[in-house]
Amino acid sequence: MFDFLSDYNNPTLLGAFWMTVKLTVISGLGSLIWGTLLAAMRVSPVPLMRGFGTAYVNIVRNIPLTVIIIFTSLGLADVFGVTMGASDFQVRGFRLAILGLVAYTAAFVCEAIRSGINTVPLGQAEAARAIGLTFSQTLRLIILPQAFRAVIGPLANVLIALTKNTTVAAAIGVAEAAYLMKGMIEKEAQVLLIGAVFAFGFVVLTLPTGLLLGWLSKRLAVKR
Amino acid sequence: MSSVLYDAPGPRAKRRNVFISVIFFALLALLVWFVWDAMNEKNQLEWALWKPFTESQAWTTYLLPGLADTLRAAALAMVIALPLGAVFGIARLSDHLWVRLPAAWVVEFFRAIPVLLLMLFANEAYDRWANLTTEQRQLYAVVTGLVLYNASVLAEVVRAGILALPKGQSEAAKAIGLRKGQTMRIVLLPQAVTAMLPAIVSQLVVIVKDTALGGVMIGFTELLSTRGTLAAAYGNPIASFVVVAIIYIVLNFILTSFASWLEKRLRRSKKSTGAVLSAEDMEELNPAATGGTFGTGAGGSI
Amino acid sequence: MKLRKASAAAAAALVLSLTATACGGGDGDNEGGSGSGGGDKIKIGIKYDQPGLGLKEPDGTFSGFDVDVATYVAKELGYDADQIEFVETKSADRENALKRGDVKFIAATYSITDERKKSVDFAGPYLLAHQDLLVKTDSDITEATDLNGKNLCSVTGSTSAENVKNDFAPKANLKENSGYSECISSLQSGTVDALTTDDSILAGFASQEQYKGQFKLAGLKLSNENYGIGVKKGDTETLNKINAALEKMVSSKAWDKAVTDNFGPANYKNEPAPKIGVIVQ
Repeated sequence: MFDFLSDYNNPTLLGAFWMTVKLTVISGLGSLIWGTLLAAMRVSPVPLMRGFGTAYVNIVRNIPLTVIIIFTSLGLADVFGVTMGASDFQVRGFRLAILGLVAYTAAFVCEAIRSGINTVPLGQAEAARAIGLTFSQTLRLIILPQAFRAVIGPLANVLIALTKNTTVAAAIGVAEAAYLMKGMIEKEAQVLLIGAVFAFGFVVLTLPTGLLLGWLSKRLAVKR
Repeated sequence: MSSVLYDAPGPRAKRRNVFISVIFFALLALLVWFVWDAMNEKNQLEWALWKPFTESQAWTTYLLPGLADTLRAAALAMVIALPLGAVFGIARLSDHLWVRLPAAWVVEFFRAIPVLLLMLFANEAYDRWANLTTEQRQLYAVVTGLVLYNASVLAEVVRAGILALPKGQSEAAKAIGLRKGQTMRIVLLPQAVTAMLPAIVSQLVVIVKDTALGGVMIGFTELLSTRGTLAAAYGNPIASFVVVAIIYIVLNFILTSFASWLEKRLRRSKKSTGAVLSAEDMEELNPAATGGTFGTGAGGSI
Repeated sequence: MKLRKASAAAAAALVLSLTATACGGGDGDNEGGSGSGGGDKIKIGIKYDQPGLGLKEPDGTFSGFDVDVATYVAKELGYDADQIEFVETKSADRENALKRGDVKFIAATYSITDERKKSVDFAGPYLLAHQDLLVKTDSDITEATDLNGKNLCSVTGSTSAENVKNDFAPKANLKENSGYSECISSLQSGTVDALTTDDSILAGFASQEQYKGQFKLAGLKLSNENYGIGVKKGDTETLNKINAALEKMVSSKAWDKAVTDNFGPANYKNEPAPKIGVIVQ
């Protein structure tokens, strides 16, 4: 019954899901870094940075990811020459997709972290200032460590959403799970079976992430 | 709360802020210049490419019909997903395990699967086993994918909305002798729906954005897809992309502003219990926080 | 339950958007298939996004060679131009639209293949096209093998790029874009060196006003594409009528006029009008 699955080798089923995992992990790390920087900008004392952070989040959150991903290929690579150091289009598509996913997901990471910063009691920041810490010290040593522990839950949701959002990379020809599924259901007769296989794949990817991070967020929550 | 993170700037801090601002501004200006220069070099700034958008035909022939389809799919999806979500949300709060558990499974399952896969699957299924015209099939496939996913997200919203109500409400209902169904119908749900409104409007933004998947992957004639027809006629793919992105931003910005206006209003309102579920609550929505039974808490609302 | 003002506003907004769009977009959906050709209208499937073949113009009219052929054929079937309703049939949707009778016939760069003949019948062919390359005017690509190590653009899911990779230039670096105009944009910016698909489609794009003089066809015949008019399987009556109409179109020189009108300036040397029923392998 599963014979047809082995007919596909560009990509294979496992290869396609491995691509999904790679996209998720790399863009996850990237958006965590960029999102934290954005959050820092949004709470910083410099008005221009605050304005930039706010504008970035409000613009990027309101554009469909599909538009962003296609634009990385059509706009960034073709017009602005951001080829990500790859001349092979498969590799370039993969890297551009990561760039697009990071740009998009970072806006949500930023908002999650900002809401985490809001959960840190005022006294913490006031005490930090009272002992003479600067803004960046306050943020780095006092606020963010507590904020991160509070936002593991929301960040887990962002990560799971990111896992699912990697499917959009299929729009620029990155051979991940949705790309393979589209090819398969057009050619094969067993539509239901194919649907079940790919659904199962994504449940396998997202379920443990949710459970693990849910457990972690409870364990690490700052007891108040 | 950002202002507690730093003192009111003194003379030195002011100087430093100005210095950082200047550097940051210079970086931004450099970026803008780079973008402008690259577009200029590739002849993307030629007026001929942008001129069509100042004429009414580009809008009436391509963009507005596409936008209408986008809104139609989004509105249909919301109208169908809302009652469905309410049913599942309430089912998850049931006292009976045999109701609670299957409902939870369904909700968690559809929240774990990408909307894109749901659409692809629905499209193929309708193609093979349903008797639909091409336009109907594409619309139905997009709406089906959106409904399946968003109903399960809205189920969580409804659940959280009901849980967010003060306990006194259901206790008072019990005290005057209302049955469980009556309590839910007469007391809890009306209040929860009001509390959920901002979250529901924000979810519309997610739905509007996701319609674009249907355009690219299954050929549904929404905004992003009619943009392709427009670009073929005028030969301006890049310019049309920029314009369409701006349309999405404006549309969703209006929805977001509407949501936060609603939220503010509801919070101010004296008649309500003060329980309001905002977009931010949605992002934090996970089983750990809302006392869920089990599962991934997959989703969030990206 | 008495809705408060805010709730009412939200509900109103939702209802408004529903009704507004119902008026805006939905017309024509419920008119039924009219596949029988009865009534006053005839529905014909074309492409909307291929200049020179089937294009939805800014003023809402349609232009291109396929459109001209379809209009001529419809006239022979007894329908005036204002009785024609053009419907977009994307490549993947063509068989189904015919099978269901959503359209009477399809003229949409529809190559006659054995695979497709299993589910639809073809009148014609009415044009012999070849897979070719579109390159910049100053390009030195003259053969398919020149593409080795070069960047080649094609549309996601199309077979033409696979053909080139499998048969001519296995080392070509393939970029998949969402549409041909996006590929042209990549070609213009120098990201890719060539764009491949049927020469008729390429000629249509190259002769567009904004691209004039920028691109040329390489003039290769990498495959034979016999464009036919698709009709519902077993609808021999329509099939014969369309074949007669096509023959008349060729003999009355209307065919030649349609070719020069639509493929004019792009160094496109069209094949002579094909004989009905003769498929060039």
